[in-house]
Amino acid sequence: MSDSIIQLRGIAKVYRVGVETIHALRGVDLDIGRNEMVAIMGSSGSGKSTLMNMLGCLDRPTSGEYMLGGRLVSAMKTDELALIRNEEIGFVFQSFELLARQSALENVELPLMYSSTAGGFRARRERALSALQRVGLGNRVDHRPNQLSGGQKQRVAIARAILNNPKILMADEPTGNLDSATTAEILALFTRIYREGQTIIIVTHENDVAAHCQRVVRLRDGRILSDLSAEEDFEVSPYVEEARATQRRRAAAEEATEATT
Amino acid sequence: MTNAKAPSRKGAKGEGRGLTIFFFLKAIGMALSQIWANKTRSFLTALGIIVGVASVTAVIAALTGLKAKVLSEFESVGAARLYVFPNRPDNVPRAKFPWEKCRLKVSEAQAIMDQCPSIKGISPIVDLPMSVESDTELIDGMTVNGIWPAWHDAVGRKVMRGRPFSQIDIDTARQVALVNEAAVTELKIDADGNGGLGEHILLGGRRFLVIGVVETTQARMLGMNSSEAEIFIPFSVAEKLLDGWYFMQFAAIATSPETAEEAKAEVEYVMRRQRGLQPDDPDTFRVAALDQYINQFKSLASGVTAIAGGIVGISLLVGGIGIMNIMLVSVSERTREIGLRKAVGATSAAILLQFLLEAVTLTVLGGIAGLVIGKLMAVSLTFIPGANLEQADVPAWAVILSIVFSAGVGVAFGMFPAYKASRLDPIEALRHE
Ligand SMILES: Nc1ncnc2c1ncn2[C@@H]1O[C@H](COP(=O)(O)OP(=O)(O)OP(=O)(O)O)[C@@H](O)[C@H]1O
Ligand SMILES: [Mg+2]
Repeated sequence: MSDSIIQLRGIAKVYRVGVETIHALRGVDLDIGRNEMVAIMGSSGSGKSTLMNMLGCLDRPTSGEYMLGGRLVSAMKTDELALIRNEEIGFVFQSFELLARQSALENVELPLMYSSTAGGFRARRERALSALQRVGLGNRVDHRPNQLSGGQKQRVAIARAILNNPKILMADEPTGNLDSATTAEILALFTRIYREGQTIIIVTHENDVAAHCQRVVRLRDGRILSDLSAEEDFEVSPYVEEARATQRRRAAAEEATEATT
Repeated sequence: MTNAKAPSRKGAKGEGRGLTIFFFLKAIGMALSQIWANKTRSFLTALGIIVGVASVTAVIAALTGLKAKVLSEFESVGAARLYVFPNRPDNVPRAKFPWEKCRLKVSEAQAIMDQCPSIKGISPIVDLPMSVESDTELIDGMTVNGIWPAWHDAVGRKVMRGRPFSQIDIDTARQVALVNEAAVTELKIDADGNGGLGEHILLGGRRFLVIGVVETTQARMLGMNSSEAEIFIPFSVAEKLLDGWYFMQFAAIATSPETAEEAKAEVEYVMRRQRGLQPDDPDTFRVAALDQYINQFKSLASGVTAIAGGIVGISLLVGGIGIMNIMLVSVSERTREIGLRKAVGATSAAILLQFLLEAVTLTVLGGIAGLVIGKLMAVSLTFIPGANLEQADVPAWAVILSIVFSAGVGVAFGMFPAYKASRLDPIEALRHE
């Protein structure tokens, strides 16, 4: 337990929309240790993003406790949370969220704008440069987002997320907008960063993304359904079933097309 | 290790997590790039402020020029001068203040001279039409003025040649005269080439010795005509030539332009006492001083400035509403960006400040553009012939005030959009389409 960087205890999140009450999370207990790479999976609406926002200190739980690096984050004020997000958390989004008019380097530098401990002008620049180099974009420093491919954009976003050497790197469907080749490229990058000692949490729908992680947490209806190592998860997961189902559908489709011709 | 880190973090937070110079540089840089990226929109938005500042700058420049011109003209005329006229009060029974009680008396001039410490000199003036004769010419109905020696000081006209009247001339009522150049020409008394000095002329049949020539420059303000021939004789002599009623006025000069107002008050006091007027009696005389004209101009100028201020106020208001509108558009366009900024650690205060800075940058740029246009208008004013605006200029206070006002508009009208931006929830903002 002393090894856990993240400790969730009885986390619940309730949304009220009009008269309706939505239980997005219903008592989640979760420990994540230093330098783990965890996939969070589950069907749509199961509460993945809600959990992610909670872990990323963008949101506070309705009830329950969240300890990040030994500090009780769930009781913190908005501005304290902003500081935590600035210094201890890196976010990667599905749609990259780069500023269109800023160069790759300026985009990576963005979190430093809100930091008072990032040193002088040169230190800031060098930090952003080295982050870009870590994601292999040392040669795209001055490119604008519209001059970069999707994979390159996501790498800029990853550089921005790891800039402050965060305690956790979070990614909500980071490959959702990418093709399979680029997905592999980005996953390789995540794996490399993980090997360098980074704790990573990835929300995903894709089994091959989850397969790159050590650990897979499955949610259903706001609760943890399973929390297994990637190998164990593969055995019990509906993955094999799904693969077979896909095959069957394809075969049926082929037959149908043959029948028409 | 975690525990060791906690206190130092607290310390950093205790310092209020101050926004650094980097934040401000970045924020202003981003504001500029935002403005540049939406050039047309920004320009149209700032137009209200540009026009407002430009027009008020030009008006202020014109007024400054006009004021400088008018003041320098007053200065050359002499701001220390006072005139006293008889004045019959309007709204009292005529019987109470007949003309005899209103007209000025020599004793009153003497009293003013003796009792008003701020008066340096005074002279009664009478003008009487007389027939004037030289060796060769005869002119009927020429104006002859009776004066004291202090008249030269009081109206600012020196003796160019010869000498002024002395006290002895006055006391003994010597028949001596001063003339102006026009009189010399008209009477043709420059035959021997010494400009009329030492010639004799006949005034109403009496022989007068011309002892000096008075310069022609005059107080244009008071409607005297400088082109006419003028003759001056000692007041005591003029008094003898007159019988009964005559119109008299006083010309006086204060010790300096600064004491002119005081001098006026003293004259009024002494005059009322001389005439034994009761506290609720109206003045039976009128004291005119140039400071009145200057004050009138100054109040006119400040009236125009106030109107210009009103115009600029309205255009800044209109401009400000435009700014607010465009900033609201900007906030809604950039909702995702705001969400991202919050996700990477921007506090609400930082977002607020950032959008305020953007609004202020826009308005201050508009203000500067307006100042430049206003300055160009001021320069072109100086080239308008006959407009008397050669000295039109934009004073430093107007420059500073324009910038401060523009920035103020940015803060005032940028506040609501900036506040809106700062209140956005990062999760919702990032979900925004
Ligand atoms: N702001 C909100 N207001 C009301 N209900 C919400 C809000 N955010 C999420 N929910 C609800 O909470 C539940 C969990 O949502 P969440 O976004 O966490 O799902 P998810 O697992 O990320 O789904 P997906 O895979 O589609 O992204 C859903 O039923 C959703 O409708
Ligand atoms: Mg989601």
